[in-house]
Amino acid sequence: MKKVLPSLIMATLLIALWWVLVDVTQSVIFPTPWQVLQAMAELARDGTLFEHIGASLFRVGTGFGLAVAFAIPLGLWMGWVQGAYTTLNPIFQILRPISPIAWIPIAILWFGVGNESPIFLIFISSVFPMIVQTVAGVHTIERRYLRAAENFGVSRATLFRQVVIPAVLPQVIVGMRIGLGVAWLVVVAAEMIALHSGLGYLIIDSRNAGNRYDLVIAGMIIIGLIGLLLDGLMRLLEGHRLVRWRYAR
Amino acid sequence: MPDRPKPAKISVDNVSKSFPSDTGSLDVVGGVSFEVGDGEVVALVGPSGCGKTTLMSIIAGFVQPDSGAVHIDGALQAKPSKQGILISQHGSVFPWLNVQQNLMFGLDGAAPQDKRALADHYAAMVGLQGFERNYPHELSGGMLKRAELARALVVKPEILYMDEPFSALDALMNLRMRNELLRILAEERHTVLLITHDVEEAIHLANRVLVLSSTPARIKASFDVPMPHPRKLSSRDVQDLRVAILRELGVYSD
Repeated sequence: MKKVLPSLIMATLLIALWWVLVDVTQSVIFPTPWQVLQAMAELARDGTLFEHIGASLFRVGTGFGLAVAFAIPLGLWMGWVQGAYTTLNPIFQILRPISPIAWIPIAILWFGVGNESPIFLIFISSVFPMIVQTVAGVHTIERRYLRAAENFGVSRATLFRQVVIPAVLPQVIVGMRIGLGVAWLVVVAAEMIALHSGLGYLIIDSRNAGNRYDLVIAGMIIIGLIGLLLDGLMRLLEGHRLVRWRYAR
Repeated sequence: MPDRPKPAKISVDNVSKSFPSDTGSLDVVGGVSFEVGDGEVVALVGPSGCGKTTLMSIIAGFVQPDSGAVHIDGALQAKPSKQGILISQHGSVFPWLNVQQNLMFGLDGAAPQDKRALADHYAAMVGLQGFERNYPHELSGGMLKRAELARALVVKPEILYMDEPFSALDALMNLRMRNELLRILAEERHTVLLITHDVEEAIHLANRVLVLSSTPARIKASFDVPMPHPRKLSSRDVQDLRVAILRELGVYSD
């Protein structure tokens, strides 16, 4: 409680400031916090809020899931096999800094304006951080552990199952946390382009359909809260029995 | 016809190793030869940074020498094996496995319940009963060392390569672990090659102490330690030997 109290006070102060500023400037378009709250309630009542959240989460879940399935095996391979690393790493280093937003035209060209486009964009945005983290995880396995495995002459399967994978897992989870954060950032941006659902669509549509800025800000706040929730879920993974050793002491 | 003499357990023949450096190459090990008999405990002492660890890596098979060779029971040591387990200063107990899983790591073939029984037997031998399910981060430094020792013993290695095994422990725990090791060596026969910078530890544990020079490591002198176990470290004989070895290391004390 002591930890959250200062930030709760700060948030309250900011909301109060917002309210006062809207009041003082007599803005007709910019809503007060109360109007935003009412807008959220309105969305929740007619059920569209949950449709938008569901659509966005579905796209993130699918794109992120595909990225995990692709990045982790590839990262392990690249980390373990030097040839794979020297061949593929430069390519990924060039692709990585390209903003996922820059991929939007290509996504539309290849996948149209259905669900596939945002899923592709999420895949693109989250796959690189996870590859990089997994590779770094393999590269930073301490040599003494690999030597011990070598000393006991264990099979390749045992080496991977009992040494490499558990040693890399904490880094993989860090990569997943970064990847999911970027994915959530990107889904909203991707949904602003087209489509008829999702929180990004909600924001753009609310603006276009009669300057409903109360709905715009309601959408933004919901995005922030869900992002916080997703990060919290990934943090729970960091406390898992399999990786707790990394954070102990 | 007389029996051919059995080859030494460990035979090190004129081993040398150098590493590339900014100024050409750095000779780390410069022609080391010695033998270790079956069941013998031999200590190598030398100043820090003298190439002891490199020498140990070569003897245990992790690193190949530039010239010379290491033979174990007459067979060329080409790569590390379960026959000789290395225990190093910083330890290599896997932090993501619990004590029991660590002890079972090197065991293969047997049924899971047999492996578990064997692991628990050795955990008990080093005084870790009740901690089988604990993870390394829940153990103290001394317990971690015990786990490492047990993990080596459980695969029944003929040789233990111990590279400054107890150096990271405090003085009291260091002494306790030495006694523990001597007790285990009395129960189970192992050939031990011990590297240490602690002369007292070397005399306490070894049958023979070899003194290494500073880089490149060469053998300067050899001392037999004839005192029977349990050795009284404060005895005159031990103290005299200690002074003689220290003198060989270039340290004078009375």
